[in-house]
Amino acid sequence: MIEIRQLDITYGEGETANHVVRGIDLSIGEGESVGIVGESGCGKSTVLRSLVGLERGWRGSIQIGGRDMPQVRRIADLRLAQMVFQDPFGSLHPRHRIGTALSEAARCMGLRADPDRIAAALEEVGLPAGFADRFPHELSGGQRQRVAIARALIVEPPVILLDEPTSALDVSVQAEILNLLSDRREERGLTYLFVTHDLSVVSHMCDRILVMEKGVFSEELTADDIGAARATTPYAQHLIDASLLGHDTNP
Amino acid sequence: MSHSTPTKMSDGGDVPARGLSRFARLRGLDRVRSFGSKMAKEPLGVVGVVVLALLLLVALLAPWIAPFDPNRQNLAQALQPPSWGHIMGTDEFGRDILSRLIWGARITMRTVLSVSAIVGPVGLVIGVAAGFFGGWTDSILMRFTDIVLSFPALVLALAFAAAMGAGLGTAVIAISLTSWPPVARLARAEALVVRNTDYVAAARLYGASPLRLLFFYVTPMCIPSVLVRLTLNMAVITLTAASLGFLGLGAQPPLAEWGAMISSGRRFMLDYWWVPVMPGFAILITSLAFNITGDALRDILDPRHTRG
Repeated sequence: MIEIRQLDITYGEGETANHVVRGIDLSIGEGESVGIVGESGCGKSTVLRSLVGLERGWRGSIQIGGRDMPQVRRIADLRLAQMVFQDPFGSLHPRHRIGTALSEAARCMGLRADPDRIAAALEEVGLPAGFADRFPHELSGGQRQRVAIARALIVEPPVILLDEPTSALDVSVQAEILNLLSDRREERGLTYLFVTHDLSVVSHMCDRILVMEKGVFSEELTADDIGAARATTPYAQHLIDASLLGHDTNP
Repeated sequence: MSHSTPTKMSDGGDVPARGLSRFARLRGLDRVRSFGSKMAKEPLGVVGVVVLALLLLVALLAPWIAPFDPNRQNLAQALQPPSWGHIMGTDEFGRDILSRLIWGARITMRTVLSVSAIVGPVGLVIGVAAGFFGGWTDSILMRFTDIVLSFPALVLALAFAAAMGAGLGTAVIAISLTSWPPVARLARAEALVVRNTDYVAAARLYGASPLRLLFFYVTPMCIPSVLVRLTLNMAVITLTAASLGFLGLGAQPPLAEWGAMISSGRRFMLDYWWVPVMPGFAILITSLAFNITGDALRDILDPRHTRG
């Protein structure tokens, strides 16, 4: 579903150039759920943003659903992949009602945007249809993240990219959002690409986990590897240890 | 975290599915009410708003509340001190100063409102377009703004009024010409922040066109701070309009314009203080009210501005 070849991203030029992503390859099959983990600043979010076309100036090739992605995306390219952002408080327009946020997404994509469709989209993420009349500030963080997921789903993309979708939420709400995501994936056969620094999220949600370090993938793990704390590189082992430690101190 | 938990919402809000749209309008009313209660925490701001409301009312009702015809001369009654007959005295032609101030409020309010109606949209569109599109658009628009900004406002307005001929209309255009740049700069700064937000990124992902992003996503977020700036600007507009009037380049005699009234009254200042002082007082109160209201609005509308 996603084919990345030699993706290379550099910010700035000359002495101050920052080589963020260093020629990575990534192949994700249809219906697969893959996670990228790593510390902040390792380039994982940049990979996600260039996949959907928010970053320009990358080199290499990106294919989604068999189509080559140009630097500047057209509607047909955008429809293949949508993104859910980290901060549910920043990803909804403060002055647009929930119904407007959803109908805008559908309308801009040239899809039907009638109230029934909005109501169905809200119910699909476990929100009452009446929320369409509310403003984002009248919703909790978890409810907003549900709206953000509904907004991504209403476009009916085969691929959804998730940039730390739960890290801004309470632990109890995190579980609900993750369950919602896995239910929708089973139902629609979606392909997920997670980016997170939370190993427990990826080990719960992903078939394959890629460890990213200084702009390259240093190791590929399975969920079982993480459960058994089995990693070959010291960096990945360090990440696992750190996350286990976190669980010990914060049960 | 297990898959067995049903994905139904538990984080609050068990609102019945439909029938909520009826309350949508009521919630609009709620917002007005919450604005009102925030305003009530700014006692000085309330004073400013009340003074402005009174001024607006006086301006609207001038023909009915002015005790005398503002232009009727009565040389027998010239330069009378304040008394029960003429509360603010009379000027050198025996015209009632209170009546002239009341009619002058009309001219001032009309000038201030017309200038703001021109400057607000122009500054907003230029600034938001510059900030949102960036690159060449930004460079060209902002250099142009810098050029206008580098002129002293009053001098440019003077030159313009002198070239176009004195009058109220030219005064409005002259002041407008020089007062949009601060609004544009402010709108640009806001747009620069808004264009990098996640909700604009999300809108790009579902293919919203640049113009749609500009007018439906970015501009609404810039309006509150522009409104604050415009209100504060109104104080400056009041003063500039009065200055132009004082120099004889604004409203022409016998129109009762506050600046022009000071100008003609300054010859009698030592012996008949009320002639220039009364209009001066009117200008002071008006621009002070605009400033105070603008300050209070900023406290309410601008979350980044912390209260002192």
